[in-house]
Amino acid sequence: MLDSPDLYVKAFGYTVFLFLVSGVLSVVLGTVLVAMRVGPVSVLSRAATAYVTVVRNTPLVMIFLFFQLGAPKVFQTLRFSWVDIHIGPYDFTAFFSAAVVALTLYTSCFVCESLRAGINAVPLGQAEAARAIGLPFGGVMTQVVLPQAFRASVPPLASTLIALLKNTSVAGVFGVIEAAAQMKSFTNDFASERTGIFIMFALGYVVLVEIVSAVAIYFERRWRIA
Amino acid sequence: MAASVLFDAPGPATRARHRTYGIATVVGLLALLGWVVWRFNETGQFEYAKWEPFLTPRYIQAILVDGLLVTLQMAASAILGAVVFGLVFGVGKLSDHAIVRWPCWLVVEFFRAVPVILLIVFVFYSVVSGMDELSRRTYWAVVIALTLYNGAVLAEVFRAGVNAVPRGQAEAAYAVGMRKYQVMTLILLPQAVKIMIPAIISQMVVALKDTSLGYVVAGLGLTRVAKAIYPQFANHVPTIIVIAAIYIVVNLLLTLVATWAQKRLVGERKVLEVGMVGEAKVGGSAPFYKGDTGGGPA
Repeated sequence: MLDSPDLYVKAFGYTVFLFLVSGVLSVVLGTVLVAMRVGPVSVLSRAATAYVTVVRNTPLVMIFLFFQLGAPKVFQTLRFSWVDIHIGPYDFTAFFSAAVVALTLYTSCFVCESLRAGINAVPLGQAEAARAIGLPFGGVMTQVVLPQAFRASVPPLASTLIALLKNTSVAGVFGVIEAAAQMKSFTNDFASERTGIFIMFALGYVVLVEIVSAVAIYFERRWRIA
Repeated sequence: MAASVLFDAPGPATRARHRTYGIATVVGLLALLGWVVWRFNETGQFEYAKWEPFLTPRYIQAILVDGLLVTLQMAASAILGAVVFGLVFGVGKLSDHAIVRWPCWLVVEFFRAVPVILLIVFVFYSVVSGMDELSRRTYWAVVIALTLYNGAVLAEVFRAGVNAVPRGQAEAAYAVGMRKYQVMTLILLPQAVKIMIPAIISQMVVALKDTSLGYVVAGLGLTRVAKAIYPQFANHVPTIIVIAAIYIVVNLLLTLVATWAQKRLVGERKVLEVGMVGEAKVGGSAPFYKGDTGGGPA
């Protein structure tokens, strides 16, 4: 284990890549979902609600299983055989893509709920007051409602992203050699150092989690109304 | 939508426009569904042979007994352990003595930040490696890992619960001459537990979903049943659909129970929600916010 620090670093590299790629995609998809959910078209809102309810009650492992074993049998494109990118020592292949899709579909539901909590936190009176002073719909949204909604969304969104960071470990079970998978392989190879290996990898995650929460706290403070 | 912050009550023209959007959405969704059904049909996912196991009594029994029952058992044991763990460390974090408070804080933050999979792998290969029977090893690896993780979360819930009891309660108790442990055990704990129960039930959804992470070692409960069925019948898609549906139904039932308990025990107040890992805790006030009871991430 101590002879191969590069493997340790590389494993966490995959973890970070998984986190960043699926994090960005989840926020995008989650925003679309929340727009559908709070929007005025009831069919869209019901469809988004149904999707969120079903997916967030499904274990992440089942979603991973679906994209690794089920979906490729039914949909040609979901084999992801067309993804074959190599950057430095990192290979982004079918396993990585399937992991990103599974993580994104799962996390976007929680992103949607976090953003919705933020929108719900804006009191109705704020919008009414904005309309009363004559702001048009665009003005109400961009100057009164959304800034407050975003600010209130930061803490729950950060919790969601931290959960995503920890959930990238599931990808290790399904073929991506990220930190959890690397730890399992080290645990098999160096039986006498198991506790040390566990602590090393656990601390790696603790550091990443602290970085994400530090960024969140920075934005929360910066956007706080005094 | 009359009471939305985002929109005015729509007038006739807007309502007509929304109807058009609605119809377009329905058509789009039906097209998508039709395409999925067509692909399923093309690849033979609807063949009777692939669904037969889920209609055969022997397999239904295996799914319910070896699958669902074991999964529920793991989740229930984990939550029981987590409640004890959470009580100990939650009270520890509230202690007036820094020498008790800090280690408790450290333990809670550590187990909240570490992925459950890491804990399962570690417990499986190190702590319970002496057990000879594989399914027992998996069982205890999952239960111990989930106890530690959910216990750490419940410690925070517990702390928030005690803090959510109005301050005057403790002050009045001190005023009538109670000692600190009496205030805790007679006044704060009983009320905090009432506030906590819905949060504990919600946490069961998380634990139940997380039992599936046992897949990383040998798998137990529903995941192992799935692992046993699809190689035999080459019916991956139907198996995944059926097993996922079981999880979803059980989780929705648990959410219903949690919502009911919230209404019954707590009333209109918001569900207890704990902050993220590593969050700076400002002041001692309870962090209530509009969460829902559907169970946290993980």
